[in-house]
This record gives sequence, structure tokens and C-alpha cells, in this order.
Amino acid sequence: MGGLSTDIWQPISLTIELAAFTTILLLVLGTPIAWWLARSKAWWKEGVATFVALPLVLPPTVIGFYLLVALGPEGPGGVVASLWGARTLAFTFPGLVIGSVLYSTPFVVQPIRNAFEALGDRPLEAAATLRASPSRAFWTIALPLAKPGFLTGAVLGFAHTVGEFGVVLMIGGSIPGKTKVLSVAIFDYVETSQWREANILAAGMVVFAFAVILAMTLVERRFARVAP
Amino acid sequence: MRLARLIVVSLGLAAACFLPSSAASAASTNVAVAANFTEAAKEIAAAFKAKTGDEAVLSFGSSGQFYAQIKQDAPFEVFLSADDARPKKLVDDGLGVADSRFTYAVGKLVLWSKSLDVTKGDEALKAGAFSKLSIANPAAAPYGAAAIDTLKALKLFDALQSKIVQGENIGQAFQFVDSGNAELGFVALSQLAGVSSGSRWLVPQTLYAPILQDAVLLKKGAANQAATAFMAFVKGPEARAIIEKYGYSLDAKN
Repeated sequence: MGGLSTDIWQPISLTIELAAFTTILLLVLGTPIAWWLARSKAWWKEGVATFVALPLVLPPTVIGFYLLVALGPEGPGGVVASLWGARTLAFTFPGLVIGSVLYSTPFVVQPIRNAFEALGDRPLEAAATLRASPSRAFWTIALPLAKPGFLTGAVLGFAHTVGEFGVVLMIGGSIPGKTKVLSVAIFDYVETSQWREANILAAGMVVFAFAVILAMTLVERRFARVAP
Repeated sequence: MRLARLIVVSLGLAAACFLPSSAASAASTNVAVAANFTEAAKEIAAAFKAKTGDEAVLSFGSSGQFYAQIKQDAPFEVFLSADDARPKKLVDDGLGVADSRFTYAVGKLVLWSKSLDVTKGDEALKAGAFSKLSIANPAAAPYGAAAIDTLKALKLFDALQSKIVQGENIGQAFQFVDSGNAELGFVALSQLAGVSSGSRWLVPQTLYAPILQDAVLLKKGAANQAATAFMAFVKGPEARAIIEKYGYSLDAKN
């Protein structure tokens, strides 16, 4: 039984680690994209927005398949991996982070973009008349006002990464402590008829998902009451 | 208006999919097939159809996943497992027909690589000049367990453990090597039928317990003539010729 508990905790902590890394990266990379999508007048911007939204519709197997090729020795991932003498980024934690970032992008970018768009031009124009530089206006006005969007994006990005299965299954290789995340562990437990363990993890996921969605709804309602 | 028409059309399509095809002329049976037996099973099903007119509808996956699904009332009537333990358990569980169980094939384990020379497999493994060794999930797939057996018999398990990556079934273990993400891997000989690339090492049978692959008729299929006919066909000479062609042996002694 002692072995059982470490077996069960490892995928949980790994999953949290993966989701945290992914969320932070997505906030850093997603914010400029969301800002550009919200402010740009370029005619092709909806093309970019559509590309960002693709993972909403594509089955994880499409992303998993292309990633397996792209991360491998004949793809760009192999080139990057060769920097430290490896052959592939598949089966590694960084590989999973890349997959998760791609897969969860729309869940982070979309709410932030919406929040930026909801600001409208007036607060920034007002800042400009007060001689605030564009970057100062961004940091001191746009970012704080868009806080609910960031909160929603971060929570959704984190939760969606925790709930990811197909992509990780295809590029992970199920290595304990490195790539064997929660959803894969549940799959393995079911496959090997260890239903007690599967049950513990699965029930935990249900509680987690419930708490996340409920918390989101409550937070959004609070912001909605404060904002207008 | 357009929306209404769309709904009507979708409902019609859905109904067409779900209505039982009562007018179907030939019978059919649902067969769960262990991933390693995919190619051979397709050929057997084609021969079965040519001979009897009945259709064997094949589903491929890992034996462990099928076992879990069958226990939950999956609509399979015949189970071609990659091991002998799960068909036996299904009989014990009251889900399989007791005297229907037989070994349809004995699997052969192969070390395969597209980039390394593994014709002397134990030496290549000892040299360890690779970063990833692909195997099937040993807890769920017999070929994965046989790979672990082999590594332990060669006393290389501790040294190579950190390089092991696991596919969910033998199909994925194969594909990790095929895509080049793992330099080498333990796969089923049957998967290399028709593959000429790379080098291979047929693992000596002394290094791992024989992979007895058993078939079992499930209670769901006991009354389906197509299911019993398919079981009989797999036992027969035509199917046995196909099974041998894919690199399986028919009994554990050779």
C-alpha cells in the first residue's frame, strides 16, 4: 500500500507542474498576441485569430501526430534537442510543455483579447492626452483593467492543461515522474484493472473540475458587479 | 427555415445510422483484436468473409483495455487477446464460454531499430549507444512484459530502465521507433511483416516466457452463428497459414 500512494502522487504533482509551466508561458506569450488581436486594424488579423482558435476544434490526435513528427529527429524539435545531445523532444517534460501550450492557447488568448477589446479606445486616449507613453498606458491602465480576462485565461489554461489527454498520450511515452500525467495514469489504471486507484484519481478530477468552474463563475459575477 | 431543414436532415442521418439494418443478408460478429495481431486479423477476416459471406467487424487495441471494456458489457463477441491470462479471467468472470478458449498464436518478440545495427541485439543493448528504448506498457501488454523479462534475463534492466519509453500498446511502441523518436524498441515480429527497413534481432525464446495468445468466445456471441463460425475459422488451416505467415508460431515449443 505504501507503494501505491507514491504511485498516485507522482502523476498529480507532475500534472500540476506541467499546468503551472504551461499557464505562465501562455500568459507571457499570449498577452502580446491578445493585445495585437484586440487593437490591430490589419485585414488579416482574423486569420491569425482563427489559427489561434484551431485547437478548439481539432482532435488532440491531429496535434499529437504533427507534434510527434515535429519534435522528432527529423523535425525542428530534433534540432533543438541536439543542442544538448538528445535526439528528440518527445518523451520529455519540455516536449509536453510545448504540446500543452499549443493545445491550450485559445483558452488563454481568447479571454484576454475579449478583455482588451472591452476597454475600448477611450481610456488609452485619455492617458495619451495626459502624456502617458503607449507602454506606460499599457502597463498602468490596460493591464489592470483587463484583470478579469487574465484571471479567466489563467484558470482556463491551467484547467485545460490538467484535463489534457490525447496529445500527452501520443507524445509522452508514459514515463513515471516525467511524462506520465494524471489523465494517462487513470488510463493505465483502468487498463490494468486497478480500479480503486483509477477511482481515487478520477473522483479527484471531478471535484477539481467542479471547483474550478464554480470559482470562475463566482469570480466573473463579482467582477461584473464591480466593473460597470 | 434553413436551420429547420438542417435539423431535419441531421435527424434523418442520425436515424439512418442507428436503425438496425434488418435487411442485411449476411451475419456479422464484433471481434476485439489485440493490437499486435492487427494485420493478420485483417487478412483472416477477409478470408473468412470470402468463404462464409459473414463479416467479422474488427476493433484493435490493447488487451487490458478490451478486458476492462468487456467487463463493462462491451458488445464484443470474440476476443483475440495478446495473452492467455485475460481470456481465462473472462471465463472465470462468467463472461467467456468456458470450453471455447484456445491458443491461436504464439507471439515472437523482436528488437528493432531503424538507425542502429541491432542484428546482435544483446550487444547493442549492452553498448547502450541510444537515448530511448521503446516498449509496450508492461502492465497491460504481454509484449511489454516480455521485453522487461528479456532485459532482466540479460541483466540490463537496471542500466537501461531510465531509457525506456512506453507505448500504450505494442502498436504505439512500434510507431515510436518508426517515427524515429526512439532509436530502438521491442516489438512483435508480426508487425515487421512487410517491413524491410532497419535491422532486427529475434529475441531468443529462452529469455522470456512464451507469449501465448488465446482466443475466447464471449457469452454475448455464444448464440451468434457468425461468432462461432469465426472461432472455428481461426482454428482452421487457412487461418493458421496466415498466422504463421505473420511470424507467429502455433505452439509454444518452437
